[in-house]
Amino acid sequence: MNNRLDFEKPVMELEAKIQELRNLASDESMDISDEIEKLEKRLIELKKETFEKLSPWQRTQLARHPQRPYTMDYINRIMEEFTELAGDRLFGNDRAIVGGVARLNGNSVVVLGHQKGRDTKENLDRNFGMAHPEGYRKVLRLMRLAEKFKLPVIAFIDTPGAYPGIGAEERGQAEAIAHNLRDTARLKTPIIVVVIGEGGSGGALGLGLGNRILMLENAVYFVCTPEACGAILWKDRNKAPYAAEALGITAKDLYKAGVVDEIIPEPLEGAHRNHDLTAANVKKSLEKNLADLKQLSVEQILKTRYDKYRKMGKYTEEQPVSVSEKEHMSTVL
Amino acid sequence: MVWFRKPKYTILTPKKKDMPDGLWTKCESCGEIVYNKKLEENFRVCPECDYHFRMGAWERIRMLADDDNFVEYDRDIMPTDPLRFSDTKPYAERLAEAQKKTGLTEAVVTVEMQIEGMPVVVGALDFGFMGGSMASVVGEKICRAIEKAREKKLPFITICSSGGARMQEGILSLMQMPKTSAALGLFAEDGLPYIAVLTNPTTGGVSASFASLGDIIIAEPKALIGFAGPRVIKQTIQQELPPGFQTGEFLLEHGMLDMIVHRPELKSTLARLIRMLMNS
Repeated sequence: MNNRLDFEKPVMELEAKIQELRNLASDESMDISDEIEKLEKRLIELKKETFEKLSPWQRTQLARHPQRPYTMDYINRIMEEFTELAGDRLFGNDRAIVGGVARLNGNSVVVLGHQKGRDTKENLDRNFGMAHPEGYRKVLRLMRLAEKFKLPVIAFIDTPGAYPGIGAEERGQAEAIAHNLRDTARLKTPIIVVVIGEGGSGGALGLGLGNRILMLENAVYFVCTPEACGAILWKDRNKAPYAAEALGITAKDLYKAGVVDEIIPEPLEGAHRNHDLTAANVKKSLEKNLADLKQLSVEQILKTRYDKYRKMGKYTEEQPVSVSEKEHMSTVL
Repeated sequence: MVWFRKPKYTILTPKKKDMPDGLWTKCESCGEIVYNKKLEENFRVCPECDYHFRMGAWERIRMLADDDNFVEYDRDIMPTDPLRFSDTKPYAERLAEAQKKTGLTEAVVTVEMQIEGMPVVVGALDFGFMGGSMASVVGEKICRAIEKAREKKLPFITICSSGGARMQEGILSLMQMPKTSAALGLFAEDGLPYIAVLTNPTTGGVSASFASLGDIIIAEPKALIGFAGPRVIKQTIQQELPPGFQTGEFLLEHGMLDMIVHRPELKSTLARLIRMLMNS
């Protein structure tokens, strides 16, 4: 297999060795099943050792793995039908973000997501999943469509960040993201966000505000990339592994911080080793959350979404809590 | 109205660098030596080259307020260190230093005050406090100021100067973007005016949230405004950036803001706009 990560190598080498022995056993009708069994046991142990205690930086590498399932991989596996809709009706069609109408268990939904490419050619087409303002404006257009037709929105997050370029700035990258944040906060339909790979800062937030934020076990979500953080705070991009540790970017960290509502499990060796199983886990979680949100009125959808974000942050206060604060603490649900 | 009986606040003026006697300041743009008193009279704008010097949050408030009858909101909200973050220096230490240097508790000051007789709520960011970066406290104070303005049906104004979201509080800093934007979404539904004044610099998470959401957006001359910093863009595209790229003037040309206003006219412009929007 190509694109092996350093920490994957021992596992993959052992797997190859077991396969080799199996081939040998069948070819020469030798009885080495004891040997194989022993190695298989060792393999299970090794996998556990390797993948149960991944560091934040190792998870970042898994989240960026070129074989990791991308938005379209999930759409193809989870939805029965999908029709892509293009364009922001203002400037262009950003291929770094895909969107359209789809069917999930027979029900229509609007689905959106950053789309990365698997090779250089695809990545040039998709701009490495880094959207321009027109991408974010397409997102808002499709969210409005969802609101109009009372369809829930499912958004997949997988981007290193919003694209930093001249055209992006000229056309208002900051404005496009800010506008989406304000307007999707008030969108009168449920929004479920799934962080499937990299949640790259403002570029992720451009389609990342929702009623529920779900996150795959090895996905990461950061205020700035570990490399950029290393470069700024330590003046050294190679400090990325330290920065990944310090920034608190894993699904568990975000769950603890109250940002993520649910962690979706991945196969032990990461989503890239089994797309079908990962997609099935994502589907299960989406079904559950869609069913929950269906119970809520539009007012409750808006209020619970607002309250969710209103509470985010950590600070201390010396004065007693005033009445209005008490009110906002007591949220519905 | 208990609010208005609070004692007056003292204004903290940051110490000038390299000029220990405090009489003269060298213009960072044209190099001209300017007499401090003259600089203050001119709203900290260089009389030679029109360079707009950086101003602290309290200087901004004092410049715009009719008098010293303003009420500071939420001064007691203090930052914590949720990640126990430490780079070359612990975050807790950086916070303490910033507090000592600026005399502020955090990078934003929120007040209720009067502009030409009209009560308004103002949030002013202070670049001197960790680059005006937004973390939990900044987001919370901005939200509470918006809520106060809604409650009292007052216009809301932000004076922005920020490098973006503060890395040291990690994801919680990032989440202040949706938090403040959502609060402005509610504010907009109440039909109250929000004016954003973008000063040098306004980038990153602040530009991609409340700074870009004004009903009216004003920039100071030559202010650096953008999503990504110029260095990052240059590195990404491996090209020189066009002259004037990401200045307020550049954004005006591209339809991203309403006007460039020189500092001496800022107060009267804000007052005029609010009167017109509120039809008063």
